[in-house]
Amino acid sequence: MSTTKKKVLFDRLLPWVIPVLLIALWELSARIGWLSSRVLPEPASIFKSGWELLRSGELHHHVLVSTRRAFTGLAIGGGAGLVLGLITGTFRRAEVLLDTTLQMVRNVPPLALIPLVILWFGIDEAAKIFIVAIGVFFPLYLNTYHGIRSVDPALIEMARSYGVSGWRLYRDVIFPGALSSILVGLRFALGFMWVLLIVSETISATEGIGYMTMNAREFLRTDIVLVGILLYALLGKLADVVARSLERFWLRWNPNYASA
Amino acid sequence: MQINLEENSAVASRAAVANTIGIALSVRGVHKRYGEREVLKGVDLDIEPGEFVAIVGRSGCGKSTLLRLVAGLESGQEGQLHYDGHEQDSRHETRIMFQDSRLLPWKRIVDNVALGLPPARQIDAEHVLGQVGLRERRHEWPARLSGGQRQRVALARALVHKPRLLLLDEPLGALDALTRIEMHALIESLWREHGFTALLVTHDVSEAIALADRVVLIDEGQITLDLRIDLPRPRHRGHAAFAALEEQVLRRVLQQAPDEKNPGTEHAGDVSLHRTVDQVRWAV
Repeated sequence: MSTTKKKVLFDRLLPWVIPVLLIALWELSARIGWLSSRVLPEPASIFKSGWELLRSGELHHHVLVSTRRAFTGLAIGGGAGLVLGLITGTFRRAEVLLDTTLQMVRNVPPLALIPLVILWFGIDEAAKIFIVAIGVFFPLYLNTYHGIRSVDPALIEMARSYGVSGWRLYRDVIFPGALSSILVGLRFALGFMWVLLIVSETISATEGIGYMTMNAREFLRTDIVLVGILLYALLGKLADVVARSLERFWLRWNPNYASA
Repeated sequence: MQINLEENSAVASRAAVANTIGIALSVRGVHKRYGEREVLKGVDLDIEPGEFVAIVGRSGCGKSTLLRLVAGLESGQEGQLHYDGHEQDSRHETRIMFQDSRLLPWKRIVDNVALGLPPARQIDAEHVLGQVGLRERRHEWPARLSGGQRQRVALARALVHKPRLLLLDEPLGALDALTRIEMHALIESLWREHGFTALLVTHDVSEAIALADRVVLIDEGQITLDLRIDLPRPRHRGHAAFAALEEQVLRRVLQQAPDEKNPGTEHAGDVSLHRTVDQVRWAV
């Protein structure tokens, strides 16, 4: 009993061994003087600046602003991708009509649109949300479309012969069949979401994590820049954890996803 | 002897009709083509209400195609299908069980069985699960079940609709021999209890003889043998008569000489021969 508990604890801790070792090494080399604090301040001072930002409420404010931007963009772009993917996946006619256009647009990197976006929306909130929305649209669109198309036709045939059709066929067979693929799309989208947000926030902003780091750069506050970078890492990890737990819940019927 | 035998079988089939909800199925001159290839070349088959008919044949002989036509899963055939004399496919009275269970992996067992049931009848799903012996496992995911258990769930899912015609498309093909024998007993008892007409497609001749009132052989798109099985139920594979029938059908399946392609009704003589062997065996 206790050996299995120990094993569980060991498995829990294992992923954190390398990050902790790296931080320890970093702290040590900064203390000894191998690293100039201009290049890379020691972890302790980063935590201190982080703590100060947190106490002053500044950190709180910037994180909230960035998160709101990210999720507004995700809701708009991801929602549109999901709906369009469902439509083109379901109706052959819609696929013929829309798919070529969407594939052309897909090959334009969202970041290439930045100059255009600035001309359209200025350096307003709308510009950042627009870029995030464009970026998360395609992963969700493509994976939803693919998911719908790869639902086992044998199951659809069975359901039809059992008198299930229309909306119930969609709810009971097609959508659940596509869900694992849709969730893969969501995970990709969450990754893109932060990348695009970072870039658009560093270009022009008056608040948000990107603004905080750019502002700190002006004042040569490397420690605050690093606080910002760590925040992005943390938020990215958090989004991934959320996506994984959604998978674990919605795909709990699948032995590959069932929690151990 | 011969007359006596025919009388016997007539009595047996009338007994089957007496308390049945089964449908009468009539297949008349059915042809089916896929492009150039003609899969069914004029099939005629009459099935009485409540009768259990097995179709055997080599793979690719068209037996599954015939079943799918009857199920309404395929169309574009020539010829006629009549269900109780009506031409339209009464799909709400027909249910099919496939070779793979085709359970929805994202629905729990009981919800799989209740698929397509009106809300008021959801409770029937648990009842039928009890009949196939899986009531305790109703809240599990299909992935947790063995192949045989999944087919039992699929059977429950078909029966919960109280079908008048149950189509079985090699439902036991993927199961091991022991599970298959268990399933035979289960299918037979549920068939007797519910009284539906059953049409089983299989490549396992002994399965066909164990279950069916009649075994129909399809070869290259035509019926080449239509054999009544009058062995008493439940049937035991050990019997000489069972083995003899199996041997007879197997020999016909394996023969592909052109002169063997005539409709096989004249082989009733063979049946009577095996009958007598059987009777002798019983008498001894």
